[in-house]
Amino acid sequence: MTRLAHLFLALCLVVMTAQPVFAVKPDEVLANPALEARARSLSEHLRCMVCQNQSIDESDAELARDLRVLVRERLVAGDTDDQVMDYIVSRYGEFVLLKPRFNLRNGILWAAPAIFLLGGGLFMLTSLRRRKAGVQAVALTPEEQVALDRIVGRDD
Amino acid sequence: MVETGHFALVLALTLALVQSVVPLYGARVGDTRLMQIGGTAAVTGFALTLLSFAALTVAYAQSDFSVANVWENSHSAKPMLFKITGVWGNHEGSMLLWVLILNFFGALVAAFGANLPPTLRANVLAVQGWIGTAFLLFILATSNPFLRLSPAPFEGQDLNPILQDIGLAIHPPLLYLGYVGFSISFSFAVAALIEGRIDAAWARWVRPWTLAAWIFLTGGIAMGSYWAYYELGWGGFWFWDPVENASFMPWLAGTALLHSAIVMEKRSALKIWTLLLAIMTFSLSLLGTFLVRSGVLTSVHAFATDPSRGIFILCILIVFIGGSLALFAFRASSLTQGGIFQPISREGALVLNNLFLTTATATVLIGTLYPLLVEAISGDKISVGAPFFNLTFGAVMLPLLLVVPFGPLLAWKRGDAFAAAQRLMTAAGAALFAMICTMIIVDGETVLAAVGIGLAVWLIIGALTDLALKAGLGSVDANVLWRRLRGLPRSVFGTTLAHLGLGVTTLGLVGALSFQTEAILVMKPKQVVEVAGNTIRFEGLRPFRGPNFTEDQGIFTLLNEAAAPAAEIVSAKRFYPVRQMPTTEAGIKTLWFSQLYISLGDETGDGAAVVRIWYKPMVTLIWLGAVVMMAGGTASLMDRRLRVGAPARRKPGKTAAAT
Repeated sequence: MTRLAHLFLALCLVVMTAQPVFAVKPDEVLANPALEARARSLSEHLRCMVCQNQSIDESDAELARDLRVLVRERLVAGDTDDQVMDYIVSRYGEFVLLKPRFNLRNGILWAAPAIFLLGGGLFMLTSLRRRKAGVQAVALTPEEQVALDRIVGRDD
Repeated sequence: MVETGHFALVLALTLALVQSVVPLYGARVGDTRLMQIGGTAAVTGFALTLLSFAALTVAYAQSDFSVANVWENSHSAKPMLFKITGVWGNHEGSMLLWVLILNFFGALVAAFGANLPPTLRANVLAVQGWIGTAFLLFILATSNPFLRLSPAPFEGQDLNPILQDIGLAIHPPLLYLGYVGFSISFSFAVAALIEGRIDAAWARWVRPWTLAAWIFLTGGIAMGSYWAYYELGWGGFWFWDPVENASFMPWLAGTALLHSAIVMEKRSALKIWTLLLAIMTFSLSLLGTFLVRSGVLTSVHAFATDPSRGIFILCILIVFIGGSLALFAFRASSLTQGGIFQPISREGALVLNNLFLTTATATVLIGTLYPLLVEAISGDKISVGAPFFNLTFGAVMLPLLLVVPFGPLLAWKRGDAFAAAQRLMTAAGAALFAMICTMIIVDGETVLAAVGIGLAVWLIIGALTDLALKAGLGSVDANVLWRRLRGLPRSVFGTTLAHLGLGVTTLGLVGALSFQTEAILVMKPKQVVEVAGNTIRFEGLRPFRGPNFTEDQGIFTLLNEAAAPAAEIVSAKRFYPVRQMPTTEAGIKTLWFSQLYISLGDETGDGAAVVRIWYKPMVTLIWLGAVVMMAGGTASLMDRRLRVGAPARRKPGKTAAAT
């Protein structure tokens, strides 16, 4: 009951049940600004697994903090961005990725916009062409034929 | 009073049943009196729902904890405003608000639908009656807000602190007015399918309802976004959360519907497509209601533990979406197609708009449902979050935004893209200039941001170009220009403002996302920090006690060039003892269109605290743009042709009434 009442919150609101956040703490910030910038952009792609829909960059949960620190440790150790992500996925699974991987299982997800756009566009063009052809071939209704005949002056 | 409200709600259900059946039958056999019962039932049903809603509101205002719903979501120490807004700050109450607004729109159709053909009006009201019946049943069977507790508890459990904000007073009612307002377009579409007849006049009747719903939904989404921005404490304004997507999808589809209805009204083409869009738009509203209400979003398992509500809404969903689509499939082929047009024409541009907007809707829909799908099929858990949506949605919207200024400049039936491009030279020049300026001022690094700024300028100047050309700028003198400008139909201003608003929002998005400056630090009292040229001094922490919360306020002073105080900014951490929940109250100072956003973190001893300060350039334009779009919708709504209606239709209506 309370759980549902809680859930409700999400209702109309754009607001989450999550606690107010206060993400990246000063002691986590790396001294090297280039590395820190990379850490931040990686953090935005990693999900805080105990929160509703927040990246670890936005969340103040303990787990998010651990992940942020982990990302920074790997970066300091000299990993590339991809290596860091692979490492974290190997430990926490794909659920942690906010941008799903580009693989077969996620094929529909990634291809959907293109399929829609191309399919829709094709359908649009063909139906336009078909209708243009169709309109030219449309026969007159009997009443129109009668009216036309009257105007033209034929009465057969 | 509580029992009166409960009784009124049951009575409203009975009336909804009458409204569902009698006018439909009346329209079928051509009985005017039976058809007119629909209007009476709609108005009375609304009055009863209003009574029921008022009863619940009184229970909240009086803190009547014998009502379970009040006990769960209210507290006697809560300020009166939040006692009242708390009525819809929970599942049961918000569903009651949903139905109240549904019946409100039904009553409006009954009251202002006198110029509609009587059978269409009767059928529309009947379809509204079906929706009303379904949701009133849902409330009474699974989510009754009038259930009692005995003995009554002495004190309530308080409302979720995040909801104790003025945002709750505005956001849900606006959002529902939009969400539910699309039910009218839906009912019109289904009624047209039942009658098997649809023409350009239909589009004209539906247009004001669709426009009104769209205006409210725009406002509701923008309001929710701003609320999340200042309440959640890290300055995000859009999270691609499933709940947000649930409100955004009907908005996208509704925007497409507004555009395709123009083609239908002016050229009586795209009829079948417009019908389908009207059905889809409200179906997405229903889907959103299901997603949010059933708990299916958190996980498939949460849904399985208490599925009664979820399954009930799922049934409503299947019956209404499935039923209307089946009816559509059955009847669509019997509807006639309208005028033909060349691909390069106003119609063509509007079709392109529809193609991109529906693709965007589909992208959001699939992204929202995909994790559920994967989990249901393979048991794997994956996430689809902001980075995915930003990429895909952005890729779909970018080409659309590029062609927006062309649309209004093309002629109906056969347009001249080259001539339109020539007229847009000023806009293109301005956009290019803006891009180059951005590149020069903020280094060459932010190419994407420069493109974004250019795009926004292109949209804004492009929208104004259309207005200027329609007024005859360049070919007539100032006096004539002014007269012609005033003589233009309101809907022209509507188009200009809506497209201009889109540009303004784009500008705000690019500014806030690309040029924000952030500082994370521990500040001691009297310490000064500079963020993007703004000097801010931390004065220290100060405890404060509100009516039902305590808070630690961080006091900051914005200093001007002479190091004298220019403004005080208060950022606080609040604690609500009843729910044992903390919230943050961001300190925000608006500087023109930009904002300084200060979020207070933990205290670190010696009166020092962790502080995050952002400077967000042009961020308010995101929401101001939405306000401009709403103004555009309102201007369009006041267009003469919508106010006058379709007088020609009135005559057959009268003769039908006479026979």
